[in-house]
Amino acid sequence: MGKILNQRTVIAVLVIFALVFPLIYADNRYVLHVMTIGFIFAISVYGMNLIAGFTGQLSLAHAGFFAIGAYTLGILTTRNEMNFWLALLLAVLLTSAAGLVLGLIALRTKEHFFAIYTLIVGYLIYLLIDKWDGLTGGVRGLIGIPIPDPIGPLTFESATSMYYLVLAFLLLSIFISVRIVRSLTGRTYIAIRNSEELAQTLGINTRINKLVSFVISVAYAGLAGALYASLTRFIGPDVASTNMVFNFLMYLIVGGIGTLSGPLVGTMLFIWLEQFLRSYQEYHLLIFGPILVLMVIFFPTGIVGGFYKIKAKLQHKKLPKESKYFNPVPEKSTEK
Amino acid sequence: MELFLQQVFNGLTLGSVYTLVAIGLTLVFGILHIPNFAHGALYLIGGYVTLVVMQSTGVHYFIAILASILVVAALGVLMERLVFNPLRNSPPIHDKIAAIGLVLFFEALVQLIWGTEYQRMITPFDNNISIAGVSMTSQRILVIVVAVVTVFLLTLFLKKTMIGASIMAMAQNREGAFLVGINANAVAMMTFAISGALAALAASLASPINLVFPAMGHLVILKAFVVVIIGGMGSIPGAIVAGLLLGMTESMGATYISNDYKDMIAFLLLIVIMTVRPKGLFAKGVY
Amino acid sequence: MAFIEVKGITKKFGGLTAVDNVDFEIEQGKITAIIGPNGAGKSTFFNLINGFHKPTSGRVFFEGRDITKLPVHLGARLGIARTFQTTHLFEQSTVIDNVIVGHRLRTKSKLFDAVFRTKREKQEEHNAYQKAMESLEFVGMEKIAQVPVSTITQEEKKRLAIALALATDPKVMFLDEPAAGINPDETEGLAQLMKKLAASGITICTIEHKMQMIMGMADKIMVLNQGAKIAEGTPNEIKNNPVVIEAYLGGEPIAEAN
Repeated sequence: MGKILNQRTVIAVLVIFALVFPLIYADNRYVLHVMTIGFIFAISVYGMNLIAGFTGQLSLAHAGFFAIGAYTLGILTTRNEMNFWLALLLAVLLTSAAGLVLGLIALRTKEHFFAIYTLIVGYLIYLLIDKWDGLTGGVRGLIGIPIPDPIGPLTFESATSMYYLVLAFLLLSIFISVRIVRSLTGRTYIAIRNSEELAQTLGINTRINKLVSFVISVAYAGLAGALYASLTRFIGPDVASTNMVFNFLMYLIVGGIGTLSGPLVGTMLFIWLEQFLRSYQEYHLLIFGPILVLMVIFFPTGIVGGFYKIKAKLQHKKLPKESKYFNPVPEKSTEK
Repeated sequence: MELFLQQVFNGLTLGSVYTLVAIGLTLVFGILHIPNFAHGALYLIGGYVTLVVMQSTGVHYFIAILASILVVAALGVLMERLVFNPLRNSPPIHDKIAAIGLVLFFEALVQLIWGTEYQRMITPFDNNISIAGVSMTSQRILVIVVAVVTVFLLTLFLKKTMIGASIMAMAQNREGAFLVGINANAVAMMTFAISGALAALAASLASPINLVFPAMGHLVILKAFVVVIIGGMGSIPGAIVAGLLLGMTESMGATYISNDYKDMIAFLLLIVIMTVRPKGLFAKGVY
Repeated sequence: MAFIEVKGITKKFGGLTAVDNVDFEIEQGKITAIIGPNGAGKSTFFNLINGFHKPTSGRVFFEGRDITKLPVHLGARLGIARTFQTTHLFEQSTVIDNVIVGHRLRTKSKLFDAVFRTKREKQEEHNAYQKAMESLEFVGMEKIAQVPVSTITQEEKKRLAIALALATDPKVMFLDEPAAGINPDETEGLAQLMKKLAASGITICTIEHKMQMIMGMADKIMVLNQGAKIAEGTPNEIKNNPVVIEAYLGGEPIAEAN
């Protein structure tokens, strides 16, 4: 019980920190902007975590879905002048629908083939956006994407208000992730990651479960993309590039794949690292690339996984105690 | 008709390059079950080493290629030793991620050392010649000739030498090969060396036609994956057939359909094929 | 009506015949064993009943129902459980956490229940936990329910795999070499467990190499050689069957061979 209280305290402190953060940096649009972008990317990384970290299928098409979300919102709000909220909803739905179609086909392939297949689909989405001038504006991209429409007295003109809006979506995304992972459904996903054959002999319909998990993860990407479009007001084909998905993956691995806090830790860490190394332009990858390699070799469960491993070692001396009637999936148990 | 012949010829050139890259990829894939996303980085470095050696020392194109082959083969071996070997017992997701880390690193490294500009590689083979009414640079003929000779020599090596036979045995049946006592480490290193050498050769041959730049590996590697999957994991004949098929399709597609969308042809082809046959066209029954 | 009936089943991989026209029946509540040299097609035979492989020809009936083409997970729901030679356990997780998912097939909670933590979700989580705990008690592991799997012994892992299968509420359990890689004392304990399972009404069908164990507990034995059934009968009949002795042990009587 003590541990849970402890965990709750940490979460409460973090949430309060996130809530008061804009008050500390009220005049610093740059800091708020970076934070907001970080939150958006984190939403997308939570999505990848669900399919790759918990269900065990490495999808490399997520930048493509991020872009579909971004472009759907961008096109609907600029060309069709649709209400932002309706456009946001449609962006998530359309991305999910695209994910459903891809999932139906791609999930017939396994392991390496799935990764390659999704990588190629992601690249195809990039090419489509880049070449389909009439719809997407091609290399020029889409400009003048509006900020969210006000809801009653709530407006989203300031950096602070956008920050809170994105934060709300992030918290919702994390909340849903936690609920899923710590449910029977989440156990089902983890069983599939563990061994698809075993999961089938346990009566689990792996096809349906993988598909559902894939579609949710794609919906996360779509939501993140749509928010990104509205925040930056401009999008180009680059949002669909393979580098984008490689970045997401890097955040996920370093933070901790298959853990519940890993995506947030990894994303926020890298977002700020990238800012500090900004003067080195693309060369920060000289450090990030090897970090990624070293992480998978030596700390395959990332920062969060490593933390829990150490903690488990320290606690191991204690004898097993009477459990609560239901034992939630502890984070340390969710690593690959 | 001339246009058509011209396209056949271009298709052959393109297909030769894809084949060389894909053979390296398919060997690594078939033997070690690693989809080496970092293969594109080997290709990239191969192109730059040839260019830089020529520019800085003024040696003949062929000598520069040789140097490039050695450097990149060594790099392939290093990759295997330092990264993929330690990961051989990890879950399959890990080596893919490590490969992605390598891509990010090498691309940044190339940019740091050699800059982001597009560079021309000038070779002694940029003169035009004309055969049967089709005019082409002798570089393109060189590409095809070298590719044919290389594939021939490689096949000979794989069939006639001990280590070559081990590689083929492992490509066909990994567990079985272990049982008969093949030195898996030696085979793995050799495979990566061959794979790197082929990537360097392909890049050096294609660069005088396509220019040298930091992103030059992206499209090639993705297309090589298409070739590997169509041709069947671990199959060299499959890689040759599929490589040429892809080269032809693209060359024809660019002319008769749309130059803008020519890069999509390969990917659409793959998506259609994998939709129908999730393990590729020539995949063996038992995985 | 036979409980499980296999009729003329054949499986070919390319040119190789892994299972060759086998007829076989499994009686309810009994312990049936399949023996045979390595590569005799035993695991393939399991995979055919289980649904991982679709036979080239022949049929499989479960309680009179044709399950030849039934997907694996639906077979599990009918009550067909199985374990594997290598157990894919979730090493970093606790023993109980590994078993809870075994009862998933008897629950109905969906994504919606997960996100909103509905009454159904809570109730079913509770049921799954209870079931897992019962299964662990059955195999004698309730005391180490909260221990990480990475710290338990090989023999405990074998029991855990059985507990996991047990949590699915099976009618029949197919065990693929449950005693491989454990010592003779532990083998005895495992044999006891299998008898206990049979006594509780669960039909057992096992592949095993440890002859002593099999001879001591099986009600019926089938011998496969090169994919074909060469003998079938009680342990005594098998022990003295000249064809079996010839094919399986090159002339040595089985009883001494262990």
